[in-house]
Amino acid sequence: MSAKKNNVLPGFGLALGYTLVYLSVLVLIPLGGLVLKSTSLTFAQFWDIATTERALAAYRVTFGTSALAAVINAFFGLIVAWVLVRYDFFGKRLIDSFVDLPFALPTAVAGITLATLYSTNGWIGKHLEPLGLKVAYTPLGIVVALTFIGLPFVVRTLQPVIEDIEPEVEEAAATLGASRWQTFRRIIFPAIFPALLTGFALSFSRAVGEYGSVIFIAGNMPLISEITPLLIISKLEQYDYVGATALAVVMLGISFVLLLAINGLQWWAANRHNNRNTGGEQ
Amino acid sequence: MSVRRANTEPAWVRYTLLTLAFAFLALFLGVPLAAVFAEALRGGWEAYFGNLVDSESLHAVTLTLIVAAIAVPLNVAFGIAASWAIAKFEFRGKSLLITLIDLPFAVSPVIAGLIFVLMFGAQGYFGPWLFEHDVKIVFAVPGIILATLFVTFPFVAREMIPLMQAQGKDEEEAAVSLGASGLQMFWRVTLPNIKWGLLYGVILANARAMGEFGAVSVVSGHIRGETNTLPLHVEILYNEYNAIGAFASASVLALLALVTLVAKTLVEWRMRAETAMLTAELPPEKTN
Amino acid sequence: MRFSATSPSSFSRLLLALTLAAGLSGPALADVTLLNASYDVARDFYKDYNPMFTKHWQAKAGEKVEVKQSHGGSSKQVRAVADGLEADVVTMNQATDVDYLAEKGLVAKDYAKKFPNNASPYTSTMVFIVRKGNPKALKDWSDLAKSGVEVIVPHPKNTGNGRYTYLAAWGYALKQPGGNDKTALEFVGKILKNAPLFAAGGRDATTTFMQRRLGDVLVTFESEAELIAKEFGRGEFEVVYPSVSILAEFPVAVVDRVVDKKGSRKQAQAYLDYLWSKEGQENAAQNYLRPRDAEVLKKYATQFPNIKTFSVDEVFGGWTKAAKAHFVDGGSFDQLYVQK
Repeated sequence: MSAKKNNVLPGFGLALGYTLVYLSVLVLIPLGGLVLKSTSLTFAQFWDIATTERALAAYRVTFGTSALAAVINAFFGLIVAWVLVRYDFFGKRLIDSFVDLPFALPTAVAGITLATLYSTNGWIGKHLEPLGLKVAYTPLGIVVALTFIGLPFVVRTLQPVIEDIEPEVEEAAATLGASRWQTFRRIIFPAIFPALLTGFALSFSRAVGEYGSVIFIAGNMPLISEITPLLIISKLEQYDYVGATALAVVMLGISFVLLLAINGLQWWAANRHNNRNTGGEQ
Repeated sequence: MSVRRANTEPAWVRYTLLTLAFAFLALFLGVPLAAVFAEALRGGWEAYFGNLVDSESLHAVTLTLIVAAIAVPLNVAFGIAASWAIAKFEFRGKSLLITLIDLPFAVSPVIAGLIFVLMFGAQGYFGPWLFEHDVKIVFAVPGIILATLFVTFPFVAREMIPLMQAQGKDEEEAAVSLGASGLQMFWRVTLPNIKWGLLYGVILANARAMGEFGAVSVVSGHIRGETNTLPLHVEILYNEYNAIGAFASASVLALLALVTLVAKTLVEWRMRAETAMLTAELPPEKTN
Repeated sequence: MRFSATSPSSFSRLLLALTLAAGLSGPALADVTLLNASYDVARDFYKDYNPMFTKHWQAKAGEKVEVKQSHGGSSKQVRAVADGLEADVVTMNQATDVDYLAEKGLVAKDYAKKFPNNASPYTSTMVFIVRKGNPKALKDWSDLAKSGVEVIVPHPKNTGNGRYTYLAAWGYALKQPGGNDKTALEFVGKILKNAPLFAAGGRDATTTFMQRRLGDVLVTFESEAELIAKEFGRGEFEVVYPSVSILAEFPVAVVDRVVDKKGSRKQAQAYLDYLWSKEGQENAAQNYLRPRDAEVLKKYATQFPNIKTFSVDEVFGGWTKAAKAHFVDGGSFDQLYVQK
């Protein structure tokens, strides 16, 4: 590989080799098994299962709500990460520690709790009801659940990067007469943008596969608030393993393409940023 | 601390951001957490603790801790290797590799469990062989560990890749050109630089490893006192109309996740103490 | 600290239990260990039943039997058994689930004939839970189809409760004058239109109805009404028995592949046989499941009002047929939702 030529750092072969073996054993081979299972269908059968009206509606709901939730998380996650790293305030540590809560709670608990909070007589729902806003048992409820479970990703990917920004750079910009907003836009944002994209990608992909929390708040109405993982469960309830794997493979394919695009973008942004900083080293 | 002036926003921006952050966190974290504890304590402290001390709950806690203790270090080792290769070297197919590392997130937890059943279950590819040799993987602890490894697979790696990327490789290159060995370079230069990212990765992976429900539920078999992890126990209690027990167990999970945070805080304090000692001895220029 | 004042004992108990848990995984004390894979609300029943059987078997065969429990969604449990969960016996809430194991060769093809009463030691039926005082005066299935009534049901395609509800309403429509599959489809469609959501499971439907106060009526198993009372109090709701409902059977079977490997057939068989004993039947009645034994049923008559029921076999020709007609992809449930 071309990596060796202009790089004096050791350990490339070992690190990459280990990465590839571990990845293959734990992820690629099992997922390969899944794809293999779905090939016991003919293409026509596969296509029929993958493109029923309900399946198409479910893809729309799943990917639409996931994208919306990831956007919400990217926006507020940036603010939260910034506040947690840069500002001092009472109870900061405690708040910092609660950011991981969505992971620690079993998804079912999250779903049940959110459904109770957002239903028309819940702590939050009863204040939204007079505004004509129904959250529980609508696609909006799905967005709420997905925002909850994806929340830690953006915050936690941004935190170390923001901590890492050298204050000298900002100070230099300030001395050169840049306003705070200009410094943020020109210096800080480009530095954290790759991490922000990573957080977005993680939050989005986690949301696409989520099942446990969503079914409690979604309402699960066919064509309206039915997510693809629910259709997969539905197949499994009929002992239709092959049909379930067919839907899973479709999901996997779409997610893969979307992630590849986001990661390509992330990589491009990171290189552009690094090159600008070091005056272009390639 | 006093050199912060140039790095801070005007007061009104600061307060707006703080308010937004608080509002968002309160709505999406504070209220749900309060609701969990409110449910758990509906029957008072006596009922709360009474539900936690039965042997099945304790076994579930133990199993959950064991699974996390095995899964997290394995993924840490992987995360360091992967981010080193990806962030410090150029090679073809890098975006593809990163995407493959992300993939386990996009896999529905149910499917994540199912793939291991398809491999190691009685009707799976290796099932008959395993049955003959009396090796149990799915519906036993190894299956739970596999599923947990799968769902927490990307965390550490994905935390560290952007961080290592942002740092570039100048410092390591300097170390190597000064004659440091690979290990010396890693311990003295790389690790101190990535420690926060690593810690956040561990915190995330740990929280998720302990809280994972969907994938583990498929491979566990739900044998009480044997293969029931705490999240599974929560759901079963709830389905049996023991809401207090269910939410009490859920609150324990939330508290368990805080253990890693306490560890992080301790590390921070120690490091700050060390830095303070260093700055006392040295001229106050470099604090790293 | 409030907790130390009110309960000094619970903390020391916690410590004690923690120390016990550390040394818990020692060798099993029992001669034989059985694993019973069951559906999720069966916990209370088997929590009482297992010690009864252990005692009975100790006296009869002089052997110590330990019974472990695994609970979960019925179909999910059965998939786990088919995929290698080593359960000696399965105790489920729908025949389709055990049928799948029979088809895979894990249990006998004629498992339903290996025990009396269709291999179902107790039964239940679908009833209505309404708000105190029954403000909408809901008396029968036809009231559920009226406009302006909100009905809470678990997902009709994916859950046992939901399927029983669906079939009960379908069967009721068939039994009306001029009833046929077409009118039944229309009738069930009207009821489902009144459902603001499909709950994730039986328990979730209950929470939605009782705690979130959504809907005018919840359709669920008769036996679950008692669990609802335990959790939410008795004064909050009333139970309404419709004119006719479905007979819910709970089939049990010995898993041949497992007991032959482990050599535990004798104990597994005895474990299930004992369900039909007086003690087993009494235990069912105490858990609000209708016992098969006529004497026991009579003893607990006040708790089980008379209700006309039809079985899945009578009206639908068995679970396999019913599932094929209604719940598979493209079945009647799907037809209600996909626009023509």
